[in-house]
Amino acid sequence: MLDAAKPVARIDEATGRHTTGHEWDGIEELNNPLPRWWLYILYATIVWSIGYWIVYPAWPLVSDYTRGVFGFSQRAAIIEEMQTVRSQRDAQAQGLAKASLEEVRNNPDMLKLALAIGKAAFGDNCASCHGAGATGQIGYPNLQDDDWLWGGTLADIERTIRYGVRSSHSETRLSEMPAFGGRDGLLKRTEIETVANYVLSLSGKAFDPKLDLADGAKIYAQSCASCHGEKAKGNREVGAPDLTDAIWLYGSKPEQVIATIVGGRKSVMPAWEERLDATTIRSLALYIHSLGGGK
Amino acid sequence: MSSSQATPTSGLDAPLYEARKKVQPAAVQGRLRSIKWIVLVVTLGVYYLLPFVRWDRGPHEPSQAVLVELAKSRFYFFFIELWPQDIYVFAGLLILAAFTLFLMNAVAGRVWCGYLCPQTVWTDLFLAVERLIEGDRRDRIKLDAAPWSAEKVVRRATKHVLWLAIAWWTGGAWVLYFADAPTLILDLATFQAPLAAYASIGVLTFTTYALAGWMREQVCTFMCPWPRIQGALTDKHSLAVTYRYDRGEPRGSAKKNSALRAAGELAGDCVDCNQCVVVCPTGVDIREGLQLGCIQCGLCIDACDNVMSKLRRPTALIGYDTDENCQRRSEGLAPQYRIVRARTILYGLLVLGVGLGILAALSMRSFTGLSALHDRNPLHVQLSDGSIRNGYTLRILNKRSYARRFRISVEGLSGARLEIVGVTDGDAIPVESDDTKELRALLFSPRGARPEKSQPILFRIVDVASGESASAHDFFRAP
Ligand code: SF4
Ligand code: SF4
Repeated sequence: MLDAAKPVARIDEATGRHTTGHEWDGIEELNNPLPRWWLYILYATIVWSIGYWIVYPAWPLVSDYTRGVFGFSQRAAIIEEMQTVRSQRDAQAQGLAKASLEEVRNNPDMLKLALAIGKAAFGDNCASCHGAGATGQIGYPNLQDDDWLWGGTLADIERTIRYGVRSSHSETRLSEMPAFGGRDGLLKRTEIETVANYVLSLSGKAFDPKLDLADGAKIYAQSCASCHGEKAKGNREVGAPDLTDAIWLYGSKPEQVIATIVGGRKSVMPAWEERLDATTIRSLALYIHSLGGGK
Repeated sequence: MSSSQATPTSGLDAPLYEARKKVQPAAVQGRLRSIKWIVLVVTLGVYYLLPFVRWDRGPHEPSQAVLVELAKSRFYFFFIELWPQDIYVFAGLLILAAFTLFLMNAVAGRVWCGYLCPQTVWTDLFLAVERLIEGDRRDRIKLDAAPWSAEKVVRRATKHVLWLAIAWWTGGAWVLYFADAPTLILDLATFQAPLAAYASIGVLTFTTYALAGWMREQVCTFMCPWPRIQGALTDKHSLAVTYRYDRGEPRGSAKKNSALRAAGELAGDCVDCNQCVVVCPTGVDIREGLQLGCIQCGLCIDACDNVMSKLRRPTALIGYDTDENCQRRSEGLAPQYRIVRARTILYGLLVLGVGLGILAALSMRSFTGLSALHDRNPLHVQLSDGSIRNGYTLRILNKRSYARRFRISVEGLSGARLEIVGVTDGDAIPVESDDTKELRALLFSPRGARPEKSQPILFRIVDVASGESASAHDFFRAP
C-alpha cells in the first residue's frame, strides 16, 4: 500500500517509462496515458446525464419526484398506447359488426379477429360456469360437444347468448320441465323409477332389469313424449334434451335421472345482451361454434 | 507501444491523458501489400455485390441469392434455405468460425487482424483514398501543419466527401441483404423504403466513417478485446511478424555498418532507416519486439525487404518467425519451425469435424415437416353419439421452393375417423412454397371402441407428388 504521504514516481528500468508512483506489494503501475478523447467521452456522458435529469423524471423527493420538463411518465405513455390499440381494434371490429355471421366465418381475417375477441370474452364471462375449456359441468352444458339444447347453428348460439335462459330478458328462453315428483306430484315414486329406467335404456346406459321397460315406455308416452318427442329425440323449440344420446346434462346415474324427474331442472343463464356489446356477443358465438360441436 | 519514451522530468507531472499521436503511415509496395490488396478487393467486392446475385426461388420469394428475410424468419444462401428450426447450422457456423480463428492464431498469430478484419480492410481503403487526395505521409504531415488555405480546404473536403460516400455505400449494401436489392434501391431512392432501412444506413454510415476514417488504429489498441485475448491462443511456436534482432543488431547507418563489416567487426543488417516504422498503420516499432499494437499486417516486412534489396543484403530481416528462433540463431542453433503440433492438429481436426457436421446436417435435412399439438383443455370430449373426440393443432412445413400437396393420415387408433377442419374428406392439402400451414384436426374414436386412457398415435403426411413423408407422435386421450 501507499505508505508515504506522496507517492514517488520513477522511471521503470525495463520499459523506460515513468510510473504513476502507485505501488502494491512491489508491483508498480506504469503510466500509459489514456487517449484524451476517452476522457472527453466521459465528460460527454456526464453532460448527457444532466440533460436526462432535466428532461425525464429522475430524482426521488420525500413524497414526490422530479417530473422532468415534459412531464413524461411511463404510466401515461402506456395509457396512450392502450388507447391507440383500442381505437385501431374498434376500426377492425366495425367490419365485424356489419357482416353477417356466415360472412365473418368465411373471411379468414375477420374470423381470426372474432375468435380472438371471443376467446378473451369467454374467459372473462363464460368460463366461470362453462369451465376454461368450455367443457361445462353438471348442470352447465359442455360447449365442446355436439349436443345443443337450443340448437347449435351460429344463429342459434348467438340467440342463446343474447337472451339467456330463464333470464330477466323478455325474449328469454324457457324450458318447463315439471317437477313430476314433489311439487307437481304428477307421478308416483315407482312410476318415476320405472320411466327413469326406460330412458336410461334408450341411451344405452345401464338399467335395472327388474323394472319393466314396457311399463316405462307407457309412462313415457303419457307424461314425457309431448316435450321430448315420441322417439325421445328431444325438441329444440322448447329446449327439451335428446334422451337417446350419450350426453346427460344433469348426470346419467339412475339417482341423478330420478332426481331430475322428481324436481325438474331450472338452471339459469344470464341474457348477455344486457352486459356485452353486439360485436362481442357475435364473436362469442363464432368462438363457441368453432370449438368443434357447432352445426 | 511506440508512444513517446522521452524521459519526463517528473513522473507525477506526466499527464494521465494525452492527445492522439496521429499515425500517418507511408505507402509501401511488396508481396504482402499485394496480398492485402487482393484480400481487400475480394472481400469488399463480395460484400458490395453479393446482394445483386440472383437466384430463382419461384414466384413467392425474392430471387436473391443471399437474403435474410426477417418477416418470415428465413435465411437464403444460394441453394441453402434455413428456417428457424435450422438454428443449429448458424450455431455450427459460429463454432466453425471460432475454431478457424483459433487455428489461424496457432499458426500465425493475428493474421486475421492484419488481413481480414473489417476494421483493417476499411481503414486500408480509407487510407488509400486519403493518400490519393492528400498525398503520401510526408505531404500529409505537411498539410496537417500548414495553415488553412483554399487548397487545404478543397483537399480536406474532397477527402471527407469521398469517405462519407464510401461509408454511405457500406451502410447501403448492408440493408440490401434484408430485402430484394433492386426493389429496395428503388424504394430508397423514392423515399418509400421502411424507416428502419434509412436508420440502419445512417448508423452504419456514421460508424464506418468514424471507425475507418477517424479512429483507425485506436480501435485496435483501445477498443478491440482481441489483442488481449490472442495472447492465450498463441504459443512460442506461433509465427508472428518478428524483427530478427539476431541479424539486425547492432544497428547503425548503412555506411558505418558496412565499414565495420569490412573491418571484420560485428555489425547488424538494420540500417536504422525507420522505414518499418513509418509504414506501420498502428505506429509500432516492430524492432522493440512483439507488442499489443502490432496487427501482424506484414507491411513492415515489405518495407524492410525493399531497403535490404536496395542495399543488396539478404531480405527478410523482418519476417514471420518466432522470438525463440532469434534466440536459437544467436546461440548458433538451427531455427525450429513447428507448424504441425498438438494445438494445430487439434484445431484442424475440430474445424474439419464441425465443417463435415454442418455439411452432413444440411444434406440430410428434411424438406417436409409435421408437428402436432394436443388440445390441453379439454383433453377429450364425449359426443352425443357416444364417440370420443380429441382435438389437435397440426402444422405442416413445406421447405421446398415450390407448392406441394399433402395427404394426412393417422395410425394407432382402431376405427378412428380423422377430420381436418376446413378440408373435405380425403382432399390433399395445398401448402405454398417455403411456407407452413396450420390445421385443426379432430380425431374421433367411435362408440364402444374403448381406447386406452392415453393411447399413442402417429400423424403422417405424405406429399402426393413425390411420396415424401413426415410424421409426428401424439396421444389419444379417453375418459
Ligand atoms: S509492426 Fe509491422 S506487422 Fe505490425 S502492424 Fe506494424 S507494419 Fe503491421
Ligand atoms: S526497415 Fe529494416 S533496416 Fe530499416 S529500420 Fe526497419 S528493420 Fe531496420
